[in-house]
Amino acid sequence: MADIPTSRPSAFHVLTGIFALPKGARLGAGPAIAALVLAIIVMASVCAPLYVPHDPLSMDAMSRLKPPSGEFWLGTDPFGRDIFSRVMTGGRVSLLIGVGAAVVSVAIGLAIGLVAGFFRTADGIIMRIMDSLMAIPAILLAIALVALNGPSLGSVIIAITIPEVPRVVRLVRSVVLTAREEPYVEAAIALGSSMPKILIQHLLPNTLAPLIVQGTYICASAILIEAILSFLGAGVSTEIPTWGNIMAEGRTYFQLKPGLIFWPGILLSLCILCINLLGDTARDLLDPRMKKREG
Amino acid sequence: MKFSTKDLSRAEQVFSITGLQVGLAGQPDAAPVLDRIDLQIRAGETHCLVGESGSGKSVTSLATMGLLPKDALEVTGGRIQLKEVEITAASPSRMRDLRAKRVAMIFQEPMTALNPVLRVGAQIEEVLNMHTDLSAAEAKARTLDIMEQVHLPDVPRIYQAFPHQLSGGQRQRIMIAMALVLEPDLLIADEPTTALDVTTQLQILKLIAEMQQRHGTAVLFITHDMGVVAEIADTVSVMQKGRIVETAPIRELLTDPQMDYTRKLLQAVPNLTPRPARPVNGADAVLDVDNLQMTYGGTGWFSRSEGVRAARDVTFDIAPGRTLGIVGESGSGKSTVARCIMRLIDPTGGRVCVAGSDIARLSRRQLQPHRKHFQIVFQDPYRSLNPRWTVARSLCEGPINFGQPKAQALEHAAELLELVDLPRDALWRYPHQFSGGQRQRIAIARAVAMKPDLLVADEAVSALDVSVQAQVLDLLDDVQKRFGIAMLFITHDLRVAAQICDDVLVMQKGQVVEHGPAGAVLADPQHSYTKSLIEAAPGRDWDFANFRAVSAPSAIQGATV
Repeated sequence: MADIPTSRPSAFHVLTGIFALPKGARLGAGPAIAALVLAIIVMASVCAPLYVPHDPLSMDAMSRLKPPSGEFWLGTDPFGRDIFSRVMTGGRVSLLIGVGAAVVSVAIGLAIGLVAGFFRTADGIIMRIMDSLMAIPAILLAIALVALNGPSLGSVIIAITIPEVPRVVRLVRSVVLTAREEPYVEAAIALGSSMPKILIQHLLPNTLAPLIVQGTYICASAILIEAILSFLGAGVSTEIPTWGNIMAEGRTYFQLKPGLIFWPGILLSLCILCINLLGDTARDLLDPRMKKREG
Repeated sequence: MKFSTKDLSRAEQVFSITGLQVGLAGQPDAAPVLDRIDLQIRAGETHCLVGESGSGKSVTSLATMGLLPKDALEVTGGRIQLKEVEITAASPSRMRDLRAKRVAMIFQEPMTALNPVLRVGAQIEEVLNMHTDLSAAEAKARTLDIMEQVHLPDVPRIYQAFPHQLSGGQRQRIMIAMALVLEPDLLIADEPTTALDVTTQLQILKLIAEMQQRHGTAVLFITHDMGVVAEIADTVSVMQKGRIVETAPIRELLTDPQMDYTRKLLQAVPNLTPRPARPVNGADAVLDVDNLQMTYGGTGWFSRSEGVRAARDVTFDIAPGRTLGIVGESGSGKSTVARCIMRLIDPTGGRVCVAGSDIARLSRRQLQPHRKHFQIVFQDPYRSLNPRWTVARSLCEGPINFGQPKAQALEHAAELLELVDLPRDALWRYPHQFSGGQRQRIAIARAVAMKPDLLVADEAVSALDVSVQAQVLDLLDDVQKRFGIAMLFITHDLRVAAQICDDVLVMQKGQVVEHGPAGAVLADPQHSYTKSLIEAAPGRDWDFANFRAVSAPSAIQGATV
């Protein structure tokens, strides 16, 4: 009680408080390396247009399937496009889809989940809809949605988002169902707080920690699903390079030019591995059982 | 009051703790958790360890069992002697053997101490299989015998039962059977009756005494309830902040306590004799409950089951400045009534009039303007404040909902904190920075901030230590006097009810069995259920605060009527 700050805590303190390490706990080197590798991949992809030596889309019939050289660092593909430029540029779209799908599905799932968890009448209907969505295989649903809306970036994000939403809804709903029984929520009802106020100010903060963790998993799986969709020919149109469609195009020339699959594949795997590792770390940090000892 | 009158002068000393010190592991400079504890128990003796939460009672029992949490606590000095064995020096495997055969323990919550997926008979038998060479048939015979001894009804059926199929009292009997089946020298009972209703508590206390007599076991009984102590103890040790401040035979401790802390502890125990009721002021009732009904379930789409009738035909009213207590055991429906009045649940029938308007049927939106007239204080101070919110935000929430400007609400909140004896700068702290009693004060301030006409206190002091409980009761009394609030006080503790209520309503299985002035109901109960409740209240013949026996019942009646 002695060292309590008497001033008002800032939003920054609240945020760092959520991630504060319990006393005595230590993070291994794993998460640090994962964060570093991920940061390098993200920076390299985002800044790709600034440094790549060639236009990733310009074809050149004279330089088809060239081996790696000083001009083409990783060689060229069957259309004479520079593989290095394409892979680095492709990362931008793949990552954008991953982050986009994670943010959109968490946002939609959060809103629906809060309503389902709090209002008993809405709960039954919403959850049956979510159950039926979950019953359809995610890839199949995504392919159908892309086929319906055309292969644009937006429609791919939507196609990946929709199958993920029910998982987020279930998570949020379960947190809300426990939290709404808490006496402080009942006290807020007794104090005459409106339903939106209770939902947003009392219940929503409880869901943030598990949602951050879930978000990282969705991000990783969205990158993977994008690659699968592209590979199946139902992804973003081939004019926009992504890791997925670079690999899809490369598969016919796999024996001649393994780098076409190898390089985007290795970046994709690294990326997903790092995101999942960080997600696990976040889960451990946010686990209330690990935070028990402080305070 | 009949104290235990065992003659233990010639009994063999079974258990002794000498100069035991326990400290935080790896922090030799930190204040010790247990500071040079001394304790002796003889065969057949019941030694009670009393003290408030955090005084080190449970750490003492864990040290005795060799169960101190590793990495957190460690024995730094002293000896624990069980007959010829030195426990602090015993190896883990030796300790495992000792724990079953020589020293056994029963816990507060029998549901979590039993394995929910194993039949209770098998759980008792497991102890025998682990530690004896009995054949399967012999082990079963022994198990049935010990179940018989703890007076379980229909032993062959219960032998096959799972823990969830038994009542709390039956589960605690199983725990006792399991602890005593190997006839240990020492039984440690850590708050074994705290989670039970008073009538069940009385039976369990009697059972422990009976088993002790039969097996000659030494008992270390840990409790915070002075009533229980008066009922069963031979000798008592009072603990405070990791030290034993006083050890004495029960009669001496209760009649002539030597230490200030012991006196303070005893004086804080509420008296079971009702305080004089306040004069009726003749004002119109603030709360008028008429024929309230609450049935859970029974409205499914496909099944038309009966449902559970948690409240039936409950009718009462409360005038401004007066307190009505609802008492009863768990499951009697007293909390259901409170929640119906607060409209946290929707009653299935009847009227609830607060400040002149019937709120039982209003929709959520219609109800909103009425909310400020009635407020609630919950039992658990650790869960009734939003842990992510500053005290200021919690206190201002209600007034801002009713249109008060933020600056004004904040100013008012600071005044309220002073009213409940907390410093103004507490506004910017978070709930986890306060103790349980302080949090309950904040919760009361939050309710009072709405300037309600009715305050519902749902077991508001049950989770608090007895001295803190007395302070919070004083605060409630003060608030009530100052603002003339009507109070509905839900409690299972008759002592608390006797001290705070003007009128008392006794509930059993959803029905009101007795209703009247506290003096009449508690001193001269008419209904058999009320009588059994009062008879089961531990230490009811002893006036702890005045260190003497309660005077003859007839005199009390004369004083209160």
